[in-house]
Amino acid sequence: MDFALIGRIWPFFAEAAWVTIEVSMLAIILGLILGFAAALASLSRNVLLRWPARAYVSVFRGTPALIQLFLLYFGGPQIGIHLGPFEAGVIGLGINIGAYMCETIRGAILSVDKGQTEAGRCLGLGQTQVMRRVILPQAARMMVRPLGVNAIALIKGSAIVSTISVLELSYTAHRYISSTYKPFEMFILASIFYLAIVTVFSFGVKKIDERVALES
Amino acid sequence: MGLDFSILPAYADILWKGTLWTIALTVLSMFFSLAGGVVFAVLQLNRHAIIRWPVAGFAWLFMGTPLLLQLFLIYFGLVQIGLDLNAFVAGVIALSLHFAVYNSEIIRSAIVAVDKGQYEAARSLGLSQFQAMRKAIVPQAVANVTPALGNMMIALLKESALVSVIGVMELTLSAQRAISDSFRPFEFYIAAGAIYYVLNLGLEQAVRVAERRSAQYR
Amino acid sequence: MSEPIVKIRGLKKNFGSLQVLKGIDMDIDQGQIFALIGASGSGKSTLLRTINQLEEVTEGEIWFDGELVNQKLPHRQREAHLNRLRQNIGMVFQHFNLFPHLTAIENVTMAPLMLGRVNKAEAIEQAKKLLDKVGLSDRGDYYPSKLSGGQKQRVAIARSLAMNPKLMLFDEVTSALDPELVGEVNRVMKALAEEDMTMIIVTHDLRFAEDVSDHVIFMADGLVVEEGPPSLVFRAPQEDRTKSFLQQVFND
Repeated sequence: MDFALIGRIWPFFAEAAWVTIEVSMLAIILGLILGFAAALASLSRNVLLRWPARAYVSVFRGTPALIQLFLLYFGGPQIGIHLGPFEAGVIGLGINIGAYMCETIRGAILSVDKGQTEAGRCLGLGQTQVMRRVILPQAARMMVRPLGVNAIALIKGSAIVSTISVLELSYTAHRYISSTYKPFEMFILASIFYLAIVTVFSFGVKKIDERVALES
Repeated sequence: MGLDFSILPAYADILWKGTLWTIALTVLSMFFSLAGGVVFAVLQLNRHAIIRWPVAGFAWLFMGTPLLLQLFLIYFGLVQIGLDLNAFVAGVIALSLHFAVYNSEIIRSAIVAVDKGQYEAARSLGLSQFQAMRKAIVPQAVANVTPALGNMMIALLKESALVSVIGVMELTLSAQRAISDSFRPFEFYIAAGAIYYVLNLGLEQAVRVAERRSAQYR
Repeated sequence: MSEPIVKIRGLKKNFGSLQVLKGIDMDIDQGQIFALIGASGSGKSTLLRTINQLEEVTEGEIWFDGELVNQKLPHRQREAHLNRLRQNIGMVFQHFNLFPHLTAIENVTMAPLMLGRVNKAEAIEQAKKLLDKVGLSDRGDYYPSKLSGGQKQRVAIARSLAMNPKLMLFDEVTSALDPELVGEVNRVMKALAEEDMTMIIVTHDLRFAEDVSDHVIFMADGLVVEEGPPSLVFRAPQEDRTKSFLQQVFND
């Protein structure tokens, strides 16, 4: 183990870790928005909403995230979408995780007892009102943890944006492996940052989960 | 530059070969990740901490880091310790190890989840520990793990695209080759995506059949 | 006078610092039907489970068929000893513990086949007879999930009988059943009793205990408080604790 080398280059990894955090957090936010929209659309009675939402989930869960990313970044210009690596990374990852989050959110909504809807409707509330005031607050409790699992998968999965030259952790690790021929050291160094990010994030999810559970 | 999908047939051959390599890569990695998952699970249930701890530490490390990084470690690391394996082998090893860790978590909790009364009933009939495990516990654990392991295998197929970065000529890298020749990324990534989608559908069907078979009795 | 088939001397059992059996002595002759009664936590189930060593004992001796059950042996030898012993002692559980991944008939044939007692045709032949005996000849190919509680329990009895045991242990086998299903299980046990099977029955069903047993043991706090023929224990109990227990149960 070459500690001198690690001591010299860790600041570059720290900088790269910040990029990983930025890409991941922005992608998670985008994923949550898309996931919610798609979940509500897929539960709608309107076919024009339901079908596109189902297709979105099926296609983006049914193909590799790497292919989706390449299509957006390299293929985008052919259809007039010109994105820098960072933007493409955030959008590509966000659209991908959104499909998974849609399934999580949909599952949580569907797991709320049907009697709740019936009770709400019997009080004279409309479909939307029941969803907003009765179903979603209960579903929210159940989706925090699984959405956290989705998000953590995304943080690790964000490594793939290194392939379109976003200068994040895995890109940096790869570059230093090529220049120093010390794969083990670089792996450990990058791992420390990934593990730290994931640990802190998991802790945050746990806190949110406790808060949501407490409120209800 | 507009889109022109009519160019695809000219590259059918390279895409087809890439597809076959993706299938080979996935099937081999599935096999080794399941076998490895069983081994890790059994080791993690061992009563000696000296055996449990290293496995737990390894699992923690591999569950907390990206597959891509593990791929770099194994591909370049093996070269460094003098094992100059080809990229395909390194890819299979990385995918197998990565998914073995996840599989072992699933398998371990399934074994623990089988009702203690099942074990007692088998033992009170005079079966040995091993016989009770084999006839009473394992078949039920298999039924419990099949859905979750199936999801892992579906994830494995999609993640296998990552080994393109270390130069394995599977579907993704084959598409890239075709692109560097034709300069038509959009068409070829759509094509590759479609092939993955079809493979994925097939695998989902297979998983569903396996689920139904293993849980026939429910 | 022949040697009793089960002989228990000075049996004690601790769970941590809690003593649940505080010195039990018991003799069961071939063909006798013993009923163990008492409140929850009196130690009757634990006592039953020590006989086939699902629970290890802390102190004392258990003899079965002339052999010391709880002898100190190295791990492997002890395992072999227990396997042999348990093949001669059938046990039926409160929660059936049928193997859910096997059909009724497979549940019955599994142990005889695995232990190489019989070949497949013989095992199936025998299992069919046993299922017929418990009144389930038409349910052989059903998985447990498709059977009612009473049917499950009758399959579990057939499963134990397939090993031709010399002793049957019943651990509150009707406690988890809906009331209307209790009768069918009790009838099977009664038929078994009439065939001179040696049986130890832990039960809360005192009417059944009185009906089927020829010796009743009332336990409380890990001790035998009173024992004797059912006519005496149920109709003319001597001990105050027995009286108050019976009063409580029959008044419910």
